[in-house]
Amino acid sequence: MAEAIAFYVLAACILGFAVLVVTAKNPVHSVVFLVLDFLCVAALYVTLGAEFVAAIQVLVYAGGIVVLYLFVVMLVNVKRPPEAFRAGGRHAMLGLALAGAVLVEAAAIAVWSRLSPAAPASAAQSLPVSGNTEQVGWLLYTSYLVPFEVASMLLLVAMVGAIVLARKES
Amino acid sequence: MVELVLIPLLKIIVVLNATLLGVTYMVLLERKVIAWAQSRLGPMRVGPYGVLQPVADAMKLMLKEDITPARADKWVFTLAPILSMVPALVVYAVIPFGDQVHLFGRQISLYITDINVGLLYVVSVTSVGVYGIILAGYSSNSKWPLLASLRASAQLISYEIAITLTLVSVVLMSGTLSMVGIVTSQASQGVWYAFIQPTAFIIFFIGGLAETNRAPFDLPEAEQELTGGFHTEYSGMRFALFFLAEYANIIVVSSVATTLFLGGWLRPFPNVEFLSFLGVVPGWCWFLLKSFVFLYLFIWVRATLPRYRYDQLMRLGWKVLIPLAIANLILTAIVKVALA
Repeated sequence: MAEAIAFYVLAACILGFAVLVVTAKNPVHSVVFLVLDFLCVAALYVTLGAEFVAAIQVLVYAGGIVVLYLFVVMLVNVKRPPEAFRAGGRHAMLGLALAGAVLVEAAAIAVWSRLSPAAPASAAQSLPVSGNTEQVGWLLYTSYLVPFEVASMLLLVAMVGAIVLARKES
Repeated sequence: MVELVLIPLLKIIVVLNATLLGVTYMVLLERKVIAWAQSRLGPMRVGPYGVLQPVADAMKLMLKEDITPARADKWVFTLAPILSMVPALVVYAVIPFGDQVHLFGRQISLYITDINVGLLYVVSVTSVGVYGIILAGYSSNSKWPLLASLRASAQLISYEIAITLTLVSVVLMSGTLSMVGIVTSQASQGVWYAFIQPTAFIIFFIGGLAETNRAPFDLPEAEQELTGGFHTEYSGMRFALFFLAEYANIIVVSSVATTLFLGGWLRPFPNVEFLSFLGVVPGWCWFLLKSFVFLYLFIWVRATLPRYRYDQLMRLGWKVLIPLAIANLILTAIVKVALA
């Protein structure tokens, strides 16, 4: 019962902040709402018993990436006249189409997990280690080793690319 | 009901009030110690030896007019001090002040909670604190606060990397992220991690100075260049919140350093048998004593060292501390595997 209440309250907060992110006129306000949104998502992870993922969510997204967003938004000064927001009819259609696609996907996942329930939970129980962090680490370095390495390569390439772009021609 | 709600609530009330009291007296301590370092007396008028000075300061700050600049971003201007104060206080939830004690016929643990990702919780909550500074600089709609907040956020992000890397080497030693677990693993290994991780310890302390915007890294508040820093436009209680948050953060860094590197509530040399008479002093006293040493060090450094230049600060962070921390981490991992 308490879990259901927590879920609905958090879900309402997440959706509300997400709407505010999109509708806020001032981009800095958008970023602040995005931070609050990420904090609510972290709280949702906690109710699911995934404390490690929740802490990483706050550390990486709320505390790291969005700070850089804020930097960029503050420095490039994206003040646009109000007409610029109204003129995007085609963009609005595209956004609606994408949102619809995501909704269909989420619904498909929900239906699918009803048909074949509780696969991930049993996988977690069969691991040789207990504890949130240990389980994530174990899965990351066994079953998901290849995606993990690919992601780290991608980050390395991005880092080198950023340095190349930032270096002055000599 | 008593176990689930009442006791944690009481603990939270005690810890929050003790922290705020500690913060106000930290300000007095700082003024006194700096005065002694400069052959002055410091505050002497309010109460004997000035011990009631914090009360007078608090009264003054509450009675001052709270001004919002005309062209400020009002909501964000109000939100910013709250965003820097709340994370500084929320961190205390996982800091273990001591082991278990018997109180009123109950076994009570001297920490609010012990979660299995305690250290990560500390790092992630403190990383949210940077928003207070950035948003304060932005919403004031004034040049100097904006420059100061950009400096501050760049500094915080840079030094956070070095600090987090040193924390990883501590976690490699302890094998757990729980704050209580880290202290008990120091007890079972019979050594404070300051002795087997001296590099990490020093990097953590230097990084802690930078993370709390303290001298010699107090560039965000360089009065001579920025007319005060990111809180230039703040007055009254909202300024007081920034002020309290800074000192609360100093106490957080001191307590985390005590927990990770100086064995938390353990007595000195927990493995030496003939020093066991030190055990008559309760654990929380040891914890407070060790934290106090760090607080004193913070003030001592401020009284001693001149401020860094901004490029020197960035060079120290990126070219010295981060490579050192990475090297230390790799070395720790190799030694750990070789010994296992």
